[in-house]
Amino acid sequence: MADAPKLFKVTIDNISIEVEPGTSILQAARMIGGDVTPPAMCYYSKLKGSGGKCRTCLVEVAAGSTADPRPMPKLVASCRTNVMDGMIVKNITSEKVIDARNGVVEFLLINHPLDCPICDQAGECHLQDLSYEHGKEGTRYEFPKRVFEKHDIGPYIQLHMTRCILCYRCVFLADQLTDKREHGVLDRGDHSEIATYIHQALDHEFIGNVIDVCPVGALTDKTFRFKNRVWFLKPEDAHRECSNPNCCGKAVLWYRGDEVYRVTARKDQWGEVEGWICNECRFEKKKTSDWVIEGPTKVNRHSVISQGHYVGVQKPPEVLYEVLDGRKPKLLMNIHDVSEVNEPGIDLSSIQGPAHSTDFDKG
Amino acid sequence: MQPLTSRSKTVERKPMTMWEKMYVPAIAKGMSITFGHMFKKKPTVNYPEKTRPFSPVFRGLHVLNRDEEGRERCTACGLCAVACPAEAITMDAAERLPGEENLYREEKYAAKYEINMLRCIFCGLCEEACPKDAIYLSETFAPSNYGRSKFIYGKEELLIPNPKTQPEEFAKAKGNK
Repeated sequence: MADAPKLFKVTIDNISIEVEPGTSILQAARMIGGDVTPPAMCYYSKLKGSGGKCRTCLVEVAAGSTADPRPMPKLVASCRTNVMDGMIVKNITSEKVIDARNGVVEFLLINHPLDCPICDQAGECHLQDLSYEHGKEGTRYEFPKRVFEKHDIGPYIQLHMTRCILCYRCVFLADQLTDKREHGVLDRGDHSEIATYIHQALDHEFIGNVIDVCPVGALTDKTFRFKNRVWFLKPEDAHRECSNPNCCGKAVLWYRGDEVYRVTARKDQWGEVEGWICNECRFEKKKTSDWVIEGPTKVNRHSVISQGHYVGVQKPPEVLYEVLDGRKPKLLMNIHDVSEVNEPGIDLSSIQGPAHSTDFDKG
Repeated sequence: MQPLTSRSKTVERKPMTMWEKMYVPAIAKGMSITFGHMFKKKPTVNYPEKTRPFSPVFRGLHVLNRDEEGRERCTACGLCAVACPAEAITMDAAERLPGEENLYREEKYAAKYEINMLRCIFCGLCEEACPKDAIYLSETFAPSNYGRSKFIYGKEELLIPNPKTQPEEFAKAKGNK
């Protein structure tokens, strides 16, 4: 007997790959990459036990295995189904899957407020991407959507339960990353909500990561709330020596000019966090001097965040001084004399929480 | 050789006749065309006393819209600014405080909203991008000015009159539509 474990050969959308036993279909599809990867709203590879809730990753199994080549009777959740040797999976090549996914998206959007113009997650929201691809223009739902009150969970995190799709990622994160979990899902069915029972503050040095794992805008950074849209910010990779041994210290700083508007963990191509960062790095280190800048974050050019970020631009040298024999060009107008937007006197990044009318009046 | 066009004429170089050499008939013919125009309809209008009707798709100066209750529609979502090819639109968002519900429609609003009319090319993409019916291009020309600083339009210039508190101005701005 050879010691090397036997690899399972699985075919997803006519692309074959050999993976280790125990790999899920979703993981195998991610190894292939590209369009054959099913979308996932609840599954998170870094959180144990996640997945199986949102049903967006449904795939059709056309042949179970070499030993038993019968197809599976129903569509299966690819994040929870392990591959078998000789399995043939259909994802985007199956009409049934596309149809089912459209249905799932319609269900997910039943109670979603679709307040993307207000939501801070817009532009990096997985549900937004998903509904852009699979959603319908209109809704068939005639009843009032469920509405919850906004909660402040601690000083830094805002919970917008109305937007939640109940993926349980934040609950798993609190369970696995922090030693005592204080929030969970209360009630059942249509009434279920993420809550801390008696509005307790979530107080743990790693709890800020729930913002990053939330696929929608339900959990958002209160220090960044309404400050700016993500696509106007310039992300830069940066790291720092964090005193916390569990914090990886590698983050993305979101710049607007010289101001750091927010700090997030780095995300991989599947939108999953590469390493957890602590609350100190996320909420309190908003100065460039706190960090070592590595360079601009690579943003997928199909993402709206890449707008206005010109990659590999060679700035031409300033020749005006030479042409004018060393004289300075005469400025006809300084925009800050006239404009009231981005006033140098008001640093939005230094305001805790969202700006209000009072913040602008004094400026 | 094949001619390039079917309408080409060969130039006649015959010497002019006595009648043609007198020029007076040719001048009379020309003047008759000139005076004939006095009795035709004028193609020009006396601007600014009179104006021409605008095309329904005319794209003029921007307005920021209010809803029926006079609340500002804009939520500072930034879609107009991201759609703007001239990068003329900038804004600062703020959260609505309790008690400001009669001023702003949504919980987020544009505390500052500016359009740099020196940059604007009046393409109308902001109007198309707006998910909240908040920005429209009106049937007004961009006015002229001597200074550049007057072309940075803030919310005071852009917002339409409040139909609740300024009904007269609102009716005047609305016109016959």
